[in-house]
Amino acid sequence: MIPDIFKLTFMQHAFAAGAMLSVVLAVISFFVVLRRLSFIGVGIAHSAFGGVALGALLGISPTITAIVFAVAVSNAIGYISSRGKLSADTAIGIFFSLAMALGVIFIGLSKAYTIDLFGYLFGNILAITRQDLISIAVLGGLVLFSTFLLFKELLFVAFDREVAFVSGMSVNFLDHFLLSILSLSVVISIKIVGIILVSALLVIPGAAAMQLTKRYPLMIAASIAVSLVATIGGLFISYYADIASGATIVTLASVLFFGAFMIGRIRR
Amino acid sequence: MNRPAPLLRQDNTAIVELNDVWARYNEKWVLKSIFLACYPGEILGIVGPNGSGKTTLLNVIMGLIPPEKGTVRLFGREPDKASRLEVGYLPQISQADRSFPVTVLDVVLMGLYGRLGLFRRPNRKSIETAMEQLHQVNMADHAQRPFGILSGGQQQRVHIARALASRPRLLILDEPATGIDSVAQEDFYELLAKFRDEQGISAILVSHDIGVITSHADHVACLNREIHYHGEPEFCLSSEIQRKVFGDHMKVMVHDPACVSCSKRHQNDS
Repeated sequence: MIPDIFKLTFMQHAFAAGAMLSVVLAVISFFVVLRRLSFIGVGIAHSAFGGVALGALLGISPTITAIVFAVAVSNAIGYISSRGKLSADTAIGIFFSLAMALGVIFIGLSKAYTIDLFGYLFGNILAITRQDLISIAVLGGLVLFSTFLLFKELLFVAFDREVAFVSGMSVNFLDHFLLSILSLSVVISIKIVGIILVSALLVIPGAAAMQLTKRYPLMIAASIAVSLVATIGGLFISYYADIASGATIVTLASVLFFGAFMIGRIRR
Repeated sequence: MNRPAPLLRQDNTAIVELNDVWARYNEKWVLKSIFLACYPGEILGIVGPNGSGKTTLLNVIMGLIPPEKGTVRLFGREPDKASRLEVGYLPQISQADRSFPVTVLDVVLMGLYGRLGLFRRPNRKSIETAMEQLHQVNMADHAQRPFGILSGGQQQRVHIARALASRPRLLILDEPATGIDSVAQEDFYELLAKFRDEQGISAILVSHDIGVITSHADHVACLNREIHYHGEPEFCLSSEIQRKVFGDHMKVMVHDPACVSCSKRHQNDS
């Protein structure tokens, strides 16, 4: 007997998308935690809102405009803070509220109330189409593959920026690369967890994994495990308890984090 | 420390050579008319107070900051990425993130990344090379331990092993003794002398601690935006040079290695 949950097309889509995204976000989360990019993750996610609204205004795919917006904003933040004129958190604070404000203006201008605003902000698994699955597979695959290729450079820069630079690594390029794949990952995750909550999945899996191990291969594995359990488990719970999927996933991820935190404390 | 005076050599063998180098930082001259040379198998100490341009000088030598005026030669060429691979660099001890999930071996392997190039991963041979370097600094037994749990002195040894992994001809060290105790410091300078004597590796060593530099460097340059003295260590303790470099209110503590070795013996006894 196959339970009902697996017979429903939208749940099949949600599980497939959730599984793929957990792996992508878990790997990005590893770098977000080590590079202390949590707040920039929040900023990028919110700036995607401006992109979604622009897509609605222009009548083109919100995913494409959101990617352009998020990549542009994240790189602008990276550029401005690397020039040392503004601190990163000031730059993030300005850019993400600007992007949100533009989003509200675009939606006002478009007068098309057909756009599912709540769905974009908090996630809507009913809205995941076959088309979305393909773009998650392609873009998520691109993120994972390029991270795999540049892994040792990204690790070196995260550990010791100055020496990495002297050893011939293109530190600035690697920064912008990381911000760009972070933005891509955020945008493809919006439908399942929403703009407001996606940043949680950029932080919690890596943070939980870090409580459990001091070796990076194990940390990446643990991060993927936490992310998968939270996403798949969250989808199950949200289906049977009839509550919002994004919020359930993030709550479950937080519970796993506190569990990992306790285990880390006890072992020390 | 009784080594010939390479300063007087006029041939072309200097591995680092600065000729009338001027550098600016935020509109202000930080380096003025610097002449400096470092020869193979030499430990060159650069002393000066905070803000005297020491770190800028190192950056100019490595080609990270282009000079406004003058010429810099690293191994006889303009400093670029290629010549930088022959330099092992130890930055000022950063507040290294103790929770960063790498082992001691991982850190040393990073020293090989530059030579491996893009898309290539460390292989068995890289691990052998890294282990060799860890043996040299007596840290091989710690290879699989998390880097973050080591003491400051042990971390510094691992940093040296990483710097040595790319087989440099020159080590550049920025305040290498910061945050490590005096016994570990003494071990550290012995290690530098060992690499100089056995492998002919030169070192440029920057510090605000004039006592340490004079007892471990073959030659000393006293820097405060300009170079006030460049020569044998003994003479840089002269009060006139010190006043020029550090100002009037300055007291020199001469570090006595004998005292350190007896404190070591106490440790062994207990």
